[in-house]
Amino acid sequence: MIFSKRTSPYVSGKQDVSSIMRQVLYALIPGTAVLIWYFGWGILSNLVLAIVFAELLEWGMLKLRQRPIRPFLSDYSAVVTAWLLAVAMPAFSPWWLIVIAMIFAIVIAKHLYGGLGYNPFNPAMIGYAAVLVSYPVQMTIWPAPVDFSFAQISLGQTLQHVFAGSTQGWDALSAATPLDAVKVSLSLNKLLSEIYATGQFGLLAGQATWGWVNLAWLLGGLWLLWQRIIGWQIPVALLGTLAVMASVFWLIDPQAYASPLFHLFSGAAMLGAFFIATDPVSASTTPTGKLFYAGGIGLFTYIIRTWGGYPDAIAFSVIIMNMAVPLLDYYTQPRVYGTKQGQRG
Amino acid sequence: MIQILHKLWRNHGGLHLDYHKEDSNAAPTKHLPMAEELIIPLQQHSGYKPTLTVNAGDYVYKGQELASHTGFMKVPVHASTSGTITAIEERPIAHPSGLSDVCIILKPDGKDDWGNARMPTYPDPSQVDGEVLRQRICAAGIVGMGGAVFPAAIKLNVHDNIPIEALVINGAECEPYITCDDRLMREKPVEILRGVQIMMHIIATQRCLIGIEDNKPEAIAAMQAAREELGDQRIAIIPIPTLYPSGSEKQLIKILTGKEVPSGGRPATIGIVCHNPATARAIYRAVVLGEPLIDRYLTITGKGVAQPCNVEVPLGTPIQHLIAHSGGYTQKKPLPSPPLIREGSQEGSYSSPDKGRLGGVSLIMGGPMMGVSLHTDQIPVVKATNCILVSDIPESEQQPALPCIRCGRCAEACPVTLLPQQLYWHSRARDFDKAEQYHLFDCIECGCCSYVCPSHIRLVDYYRFAKAEIRTQREAKTKANIARERHDFHQERLERAKREKAEKLAKHKEQAQTTTDDGKKAAIQAALERAKAKKAEAAQTTTGETTE
Repeated sequence: MIFSKRTSPYVSGKQDVSSIMRQVLYALIPGTAVLIWYFGWGILSNLVLAIVFAELLEWGMLKLRQRPIRPFLSDYSAVVTAWLLAVAMPAFSPWWLIVIAMIFAIVIAKHLYGGLGYNPFNPAMIGYAAVLVSYPVQMTIWPAPVDFSFAQISLGQTLQHVFAGSTQGWDALSAATPLDAVKVSLSLNKLLSEIYATGQFGLLAGQATWGWVNLAWLLGGLWLLWQRIIGWQIPVALLGTLAVMASVFWLIDPQAYASPLFHLFSGAAMLGAFFIATDPVSASTTPTGKLFYAGGIGLFTYIIRTWGGYPDAIAFSVIIMNMAVPLLDYYTQPRVYGTKQGQRG
Repeated sequence: MIQILHKLWRNHGGLHLDYHKEDSNAAPTKHLPMAEELIIPLQQHSGYKPTLTVNAGDYVYKGQELASHTGFMKVPVHASTSGTITAIEERPIAHPSGLSDVCIILKPDGKDDWGNARMPTYPDPSQVDGEVLRQRICAAGIVGMGGAVFPAAIKLNVHDNIPIEALVINGAECEPYITCDDRLMREKPVEILRGVQIMMHIIATQRCLIGIEDNKPEAIAAMQAAREELGDQRIAIIPIPTLYPSGSEKQLIKILTGKEVPSGGRPATIGIVCHNPATARAIYRAVVLGEPLIDRYLTITGKGVAQPCNVEVPLGTPIQHLIAHSGGYTQKKPLPSPPLIREGSQEGSYSSPDKGRLGGVSLIMGGPMMGVSLHTDQIPVVKATNCILVSDIPESEQQPALPCIRCGRCAEACPVTLLPQQLYWHSRARDFDKAEQYHLFDCIECGCCSYVCPSHIRLVDYYRFAKAEIRTQREAKTKANIARERHDFHQERLERAKREKAEKLAKHKEQAQTTTDDGKKAAIQAALERAKAKKAEAAQTTTGETTE
């Protein structure tokens, strides 16, 4: 009898990287479904294109870097990155825009830093920020949301638009997102009550569409929490800081500053809190560090949304706080059994 | 009876595992027929080798000492049965690297004859001086039987300046599969408690806390019944929540007392002494019955054996014998080792833990979380053997290691509140100073972090590697320091000798100078004198001739 020599422990838990990533994808389904309801083929084409390009780029980079293909291609991490980008970019994004975003995310932000686990910045957000600052026009045109959008714009029209840039037969070409609308109108010295009166705002003090989308992200996020895929620290600290900041200014002048509810249920607040800031690779890893990290994201999100040049604050805040992670991790080490707080071994 | 509720504290982290205790804990402990030959390694404890007192060819009685313990950190070994010593030679021992060590080979004669090898008995230990009892415990070869094999007598040697508040008995048995302490507590609770009383007498404490995980209700009930029987109010049987690794000494002390053993310290520094129930029973037998430690309870279990069970066997019984008497192996052929997938590690860097999880049949001494994988079943049962686990990992469960995704599950699971991930990065990069700063040496190698790692990184291997490297470096450093001191001293001595030689020479020269000068002068003088005399004589003769 020959025995295989191994080392303890000989048993292992059920989780692996690919199962974690798959659960994140499941949790993204409700929010994505709501988006599909409002934007139809526009979101589906984003998703398909993003995932195909992401996997192709991932495969190419693994080949170039002479890494084993199978275990890495099947870890679903590139799919998660692609999915997050696809739901963050405007519906009906042209194919080249998605390609450029994916190159920045997968090639530059992920593989040039060493691949899975080694990227200091959130790849999806790097991709998003890169195309946002390079192509602000394409990145800020969202089509107007319509109930059951499939009835409005056919697959053929979608493909024509995505691959050829044609907008034949489109009724509603674009509408500003609530964040954008509020921002622009406020800068024109309008009062919030006037802005809300324009009628595109509904439930939760934002546009109905975005309220529902955010609620759906929240639902998926809560499921992730319940499944213990993510910890409570990041979402709670991010949304908490954002809400506190918004409340303070809103209480000071409710006509010049949007309400905390508006901030929590518009834009990418929920998506950011549960799916983007919680990316384990680029986030802080200690419990206290996570609080500071996410708190910083919430703070910067409010600052950028309120006084910054872009309404898309989550992406920039996440990238800014990614830079602080090594420092946060170092200064927030938990107390080790049998030692005093802060005692070095 | 009224069970006084005892406040429990919580540790950080820990895991709920699949325990598989029912595989082996249902049936009473078996006694097996004697093996063909017993293999008794000299070194069965942490410390130094005892001194052999027998030779090949000797006949020994059961319980007779085979190697003596005079000296520091030495523990004797005894004959597990009567018979002839056929050889004293190197045989494979239970060591992670598959090393061999000196073993005494004993061929049983089947009589199991004590002869006069039994030590004098102390029917009432409470009337005997503690130091005498401690010497007896040492002479009986008793070590920590939970697996750490630290000499029990040394653990019981407490200093007067720190009074011992409580004796903690670790009946948690938190590792999956292992049930020998469970069976022992069910079958011999009175012997355990008698041993506990002896220990309390030695360390002069009035409190004993016996922690047992609540997945062993029968053991808890049996121990409580025994306590009622003895009527000892100083002893408390405390059920604790089942959570791995509550049976780690430091963790159990925290759970039962709320105190933490300081980093790098021993429990005695905070007034606690911790022992295993099997050790307590061995102490009872050594003191009251005069029997040395020559057998033990152990569990034979795992998917790889046909009939998992608990046995009480003489030390030195080959594992193969145990397996044969519990239905043999289920898997006849080892599974092939899978291809290794390397995580992107630089050439020449440390890469063996990047293998991920392998399949095949493994023979493990200990539990699935902390046991040692053995390379052959010719290895004997020793004082540390609490479990023989034959695992059978199907190939579907083999997974390559992926890079760390910094998910932090390891830090959540760590019972010591370490940051396993940081330890991993620094160990991997051979940045050992940093690893030590992150409290590498506080790691208890419980395996929780490896268990939960979604990238299947063999984290504990990295820590073992880093610890070993640091120890090697430290040893090299001390050796270099000693060598340098010796070299300096040697140089100094050489120079001194040179100096002294030079001084001597100078002296000699001086002396020689003076003496030779005088001698020369004298010689010249003498020569002159002689010449003068000759001249004078010659003159005389010539004159004489002329005058004649």
